[in-house]
Amino acid sequence: MNEVLIVAVLLLTAFMATAVVLTRDPARQAIVLSGYGIVLTVLFVVLQAPDVAMSQTGVGTVVVPLIVMLAIHAIRRHHTREPDEKDRS
Amino acid sequence: MSRRLRLLVLGVGGAGLAVLFALAAFRLPRFGGTFHPYGQRTLPNALARHTPNVISSINFDQRALDTLGEELILMASALAAVLVLRTVRAEQEDSAGEHAYGPAQVFDALRITGYLLLPVTLMTGVYIVAHGYLSPGGGFQGGVVLGSAIHLVYLAGDYPALARIRPVPMFEAGEALAAGAFVVLALWFAGQVKAMNAVVGLEVGCAFVLALAKFFEQALLVRKDS
Repeated sequence: MNEVLIVAVLLLTAFMATAVVLTRDPARQAIVLSGYGIVLTVLFVVLQAPDVAMSQTGVGTVVVPLIVMLAIHAIRRHHTREPDEKDRS
Repeated sequence: MSRRLRLLVLGVGGAGLAVLFALAAFRLPRFGGTFHPYGQRTLPNALARHTPNVISSINFDQRALDTLGEELILMASALAAVLVLRTVRAEQEDSAGEHAYGPAQVFDALRITGYLLLPVTLMTGVYIVAHGYLSPGGGFQGGVVLGSAIHLVYLAGDYPALARIRPVPMFEAGEALAAGAFVVLALWFAGQVKAMNAVVGLEVGCAFVLALAKFFEQALLVRKDS
């Protein structure tokens, strides 16, 4: 039973990792990455590593996708502002 | 560097990694087996020092020097975020209140969820830090939970409130003090798992808040001088 569970979660991990790579829009990718983080958390719990699972939830599911989203937002904001600055000068 | 040379360097590096990885992987103990060389060495030490959570014993007692390096790396990255993402002369920073990132712009359900989860998440973070040496968790995990929990205020749609509850200079000071305290604890007072847990929780929480704060400023407030 335990082996079946481990194999199932490993397959799910491989599936989500592929989904992250195949998502091409960076903003959507950040969300899929967050889902991949949750799957990794489940994997670590199944492999009896709750300490690592907790770190993974915090860093992989919340902080990294949030930083990616903020970085994308900052880049888009700076890019959309540039054209009208040129117009003014 | 030409394309061919780059591919050659990549090929050599990849082949070397593959050989080393294969050598290492084939000498690992069998998955799910009963032979645990690392566990057999760490467990008696952890129990001898009365640290029920063996992971915490390894992190803060048996391999505290490695954790010291890890914490300093985290501090360096937070410092780098503060330095690299500062407001430079050609830019100016709006104050958080100037933008309408007020509570009105998000769904009520999201706002209520954010405000309800905030105290629960903060409590969970404190619990994970405080019980790190007893049960799964510890300074790093709890610090991450604490550091990210206050951003639920932003999720609830109130960026000015978030900016008010995390004054950056205070968190910079907290980060520096906690990192310094951890160096002192790791080098001169080895084995103080509870104290190290608390200090690491503070340090990690401050580091995440600082790095995220700088990203938030770049994403929402900083603009080029026009």
